[in-house]
Amino acid sequence: MRILFGLLSGLVFGLGLVISGMSDPAKVLNFLDVFGAWDPSLAFVMGGASVTAYIGYRLVWRRPAPVLMQSFDMPDTTRVDAPLLTGAALFGIGWGIGGFCPGPAWTALTFAAPGTLVFLPMMLIGLYAGRQIKARMSP
Amino acid sequence: MLPIVTTAFTPFASLFGGVLIGLSAVMVMGLFGRIAGITGITAGGISVVDPTQATARDWSWRLAFLVGLIAAPLLVTAVAGEVPHSVPTDLWGMAAAGLIVGTGTALGSGCTSGHGVCGLARLSKRSAVAVLMFMAFAFVTVFIIRHVWV
Repeated sequence: MRILFGLLSGLVFGLGLVISGMSDPAKVLNFLDVFGAWDPSLAFVMGGASVTAYIGYRLVWRRPAPVLMQSFDMPDTTRVDAPLLTGAALFGIGWGIGGFCPGPAWTALTFAAPGTLVFLPMMLIGLYAGRQIKARMSP
Repeated sequence: MLPIVTTAFTPFASLFGGVLIGLSAVMVMGLFGRIAGITGITAGGISVVDPTQATARDWSWRLAFLVGLIAAPLLVTAVAGEVPHSVPTDLWGMAAAGLIVGTGTALGSGCTSGHGVCGLARLSKRSAVAVLMFMAFAFVTVFIIRHVWV
């Protein structure tokens, strides 16, 4: 069941990325280029996604527990610390260079553009490295 | 300087796609009780090859989620045909971007989905700060690449 519904959730997420245009780096980079070839479409993606999740979360939180797990398990850190700020800044720079954040990088895989095939493995190496750095920064 | 690919403004498709992304986040919360953050899902999904990681025990649904994420465009192209897709061709730049994105999202504990969609929906202050931070740096990076560094 977990595998089936995991697959289904990923499929819906991926369909959203492709239909919204978020999995197209050209569209992402144009969204970020306010003083050039600006394409404001991605504001609608973030708006639609956040508002839907805001309403939907409050509906599912009425249940005592999620359907397939024992309990809700949410990040409990509230601190704004150095790893958060450094990491978010780095992520923004990389996003601005490549036009990919992690979700679209996976979704774009089957389009098999050379840029994607280089980006994704490097992202996985970075994820691994970032976890090691984070463990050292906040023991 | 790489050529800039112009893209069409697509408010309705983007809004609809955004609602689907939000719906998936609600599914993950309702079914698994977790944040649909791709950074965490990736780390959990690939922890199948590194079972020493803390997320290793719940890797199965996360790996399945990644398979769904990868399969989605095949479904779209089968139904609707070609979709616009244009990836930067500077491979050294893409390699650097991948490494920086991976490192940054791991260090900052999230990306556009975890901090952006899910964090904002939870009204997390920490996520709101992360979103402002990565949006600002992304805007400035594109500005420098396209308008300063020409």
